[in-house]
Amino acid sequence: MLTDFVPLFLMMALALGLALSLLKLHQLLGPKRPNLIKTAAYESGMDPIGTARERYSVKFYLVAMIFIVFDVEVVFLYPWAVSFRDFLAADAGLGVMMVVSFFILVLGIGLLYDIKKGGLEFE
Amino acid sequence: MDLTNIYASLPADLVATFSMVLVALVALALVVWDAFRNNAPGIPWAGVVALGVAIVWELFALGDAPGTAWYGMVRTGGFAAFVNIVVLIGALLSIILSVPYLREIRHAHGEVYAIILFATVGMMLLGTANNLVAVFVGLETMSISLYILTGLVREDEGATESALKYFLLGAFSTGFFLYGIALLYGATGTMDLARMSEGLAAGENLVMFWAGVGLLLVGFLFKVSAAPFHMWTPDVYQGAPTTLTAYMSTATKAATFASLILVLYAALPPERWTMVLAVIAVLTMVVGNVLAIAQQNVKRMLAYSSIAHAGYVLVGLAAGTPAGYAGALFYLLVYSIMNIGAFGVMALLEWDGKEGQTQTLNSLAGIGPRKPLLGATMVVFMFALVGFPPLGGFWGKVAVFAPAVEAGLTWLVIVGVLASAVSAYYYLRVLYVFWMRSPEDEPEAAAVQDRVFAVPVTSAAVLIVCVVLLLYFGVRPGGILETTASFFAGPGASMALLP
Amino acid sequence: MVAQLLFFLLAIVAIAAALGMLIARNPVNSALWLVLNLFCIAGLYLTLNAQFIGIIQILVYAGAIMVLFLFVIMLLNLAELPRREDIDWKRGAAFILGMGVLAQLVYIVAMSFDVLPHPPAAQEAVATGSAQVLARALFTEYALPFEVIGLLLLVATIGAVMLAKRRFV
Repeated sequence: MLTDFVPLFLMMALALGLALSLLKLHQLLGPKRPNLIKTAAYESGMDPIGTARERYSVKFYLVAMIFIVFDVEVVFLYPWAVSFRDFLAADAGLGVMMVVSFFILVLGIGLLYDIKKGGLEFE
Repeated sequence: MDLTNIYASLPADLVATFSMVLVALVALALVVWDAFRNNAPGIPWAGVVALGVAIVWELFALGDAPGTAWYGMVRTGGFAAFVNIVVLIGALLSIILSVPYLREIRHAHGEVYAIILFATVGMMLLGTANNLVAVFVGLETMSISLYILTGLVREDEGATESALKYFLLGAFSTGFFLYGIALLYGATGTMDLARMSEGLAAGENLVMFWAGVGLLLVGFLFKVSAAPFHMWTPDVYQGAPTTLTAYMSTATKAATFASLILVLYAALPPERWTMVLAVIAVLTMVVGNVLAIAQQNVKRMLAYSSIAHAGYVLVGLAAGTPAGYAGALFYLLVYSIMNIGAFGVMALLEWDGKEGQTQTLNSLAGIGPRKPLLGATMVVFMFALVGFPPLGGFWGKVAVFAPAVEAGLTWLVIVGVLASAVSAYYYLRVLYVFWMRSPEDEPEAAAVQDRVFAVPVTSAAVLIVCVVLLLYFGVRPGGILETTASFFAGPGASMALLP
Repeated sequence: MVAQLLFFLLAIVAIAAALGMLIARNPVNSALWLVLNLFCIAGLYLTLNAQFIGIIQILVYAGAIMVLFLFVIMLLNLAELPRREDIDWKRGAAFILGMGVLAQLVYIVAMSFDVLPHPPAAQEAVATGSAQVLARALFTEYALPFEVIGLLLLVATIGAVMLAKRRFV
């Protein structure tokens, strides 16, 4: 029921409040004496050249794609995790294990393929 | 839901859908094989063996009594077996044609064959699905696999463009499809096709129901490339590797039409959509045939021709009678064979130096006498596509047009026959250029045909098998037509509403 | 009472975040506004007792999909749009009021034709929204589509790796 989630909402509000107040408070309380050198961006002792916004390589995109696939897999495993006891109680634990094991096996093969084909490598 | 003994039917389900399970397991094995032995030459042949075993299994299941498996998720029995056979044959022939072709274009990756098998699993789920969730999952598995196959030749801009177009438009149509499913579920309270009409009677959400049906139809018509949802077809068929075009133009249509037939027959009340389908059929036939005339590229011409053939199948569906559905199933089988043959010939002709995307019909002038096997089989395929009497295409057209006349759609059949007459022009022009012209007449032909190429034995065998099958369908269509009709009639009909 | 309060709080923040996403001139800021919006929507799902969808909303949308969005933004290296100084507030207010009136009209017309879906009772929602109920259907009745979804995800992985890795033989 909804009341079950009140602590969750409270915690989210607390976390948000804490993060925001920490960001703002140090700005208000801390002393500030800026000068030219202090405000310059630090880049390993070199003078910063060009823009910080570099284009990302498409290789990172591949990692993101693979991440999404396995993220979706986790979503499907979540109901299994919360309901496994129900299946055990009904003596259907072995069956559900088989169903889910095959699913994990299929995605395990995906992982194996990624590793073998170098989908997770950065050269 | 009571979970006790819920998995008791699992072994029986695995047997009932043995062919699907087999193809899926072999596809997984191929992925592992390719991961350890990159592009091993045995990979496609392992796939061919699996598909062959699955076809034999399904042939024995053709006479089975109707039933469902996996908790009513998929149908089993005759109808399902027939659809699976069409899809499996399409995959089998395409793989055999693809082996030398992909090697020639330097893209013989092992994964390609695994993806073809995964797409086949999706099609088998789609074509036999008895539940909208299964329809959707099957459709998506098929589509995602096809997007990847379309973009296989990555260094070619045309292929990448066609893959992106296919993906974006396909994703868009999937959105329509999913929305339709959601509305249908909202209106009837069930995903089960057979229970949908009861749910409708109980729920009385008519507006929502018909809105859902409309959106669902948009999704289906997009996948079978019916006008006005056909725009993607020429670009995609032209851009994709030719043998894979053969696969996606045949097996995809067979599975999607089978699913559409199941939805129309089992889930919807029979009256209202006849007119809608008739109008779409007319549009599709006219657009496909008229635009095909103007094409210089044979692959593009065949793409428009496949739009036109979707229109002929829709004539059978518009009839809305069991005979119409049975005729449509028969047509899908014949169409698959003749289209795979035609694309197969074009794939073999690409090796003379010009890619299928840029190859014009004129550059193939006089190729018939130089490559008699390809020229002669092309004669059979073109005449079959026109619907010439001694070949399978003729009986296919009879099987879809006759029920439409009986259903009172004579005007629709007249349009269909006129459209077929138009189609004779562009199909027979191919034969004219192949056989009657000589390369000397065409400046572009002389440069192209110098490169010598040999037709591999396997590809030649596929073409000859296609020719033999088309002749068989033309001479003895009776047995198959009776089989497809038996799915929809009689006390043991597969399509009877299941408990 | 608490539920109503929560609903309006979350709805207002969600709308504000959506507006922020549209108005923000920097694409990365836009994406961050969208994250806030997705979180609020997840909260709305929770207030409707659809816990599983709420969690998916955060896991998949706010997590995975947003990562993709940010990658695309960084991949394309979109520049910040020039700031618009001349926002016509009168026109904006007129638009919002007009849409409000239109929504009311559509609502009344839809009511009179009785095409609006009836919201399920809270008790019913509790019975259908949880992950346990989903699991009972997903791993039994829908076991076959579930396994095929596994194959679908595998195909997606293979396709991504195959097409993104350069393999010009």
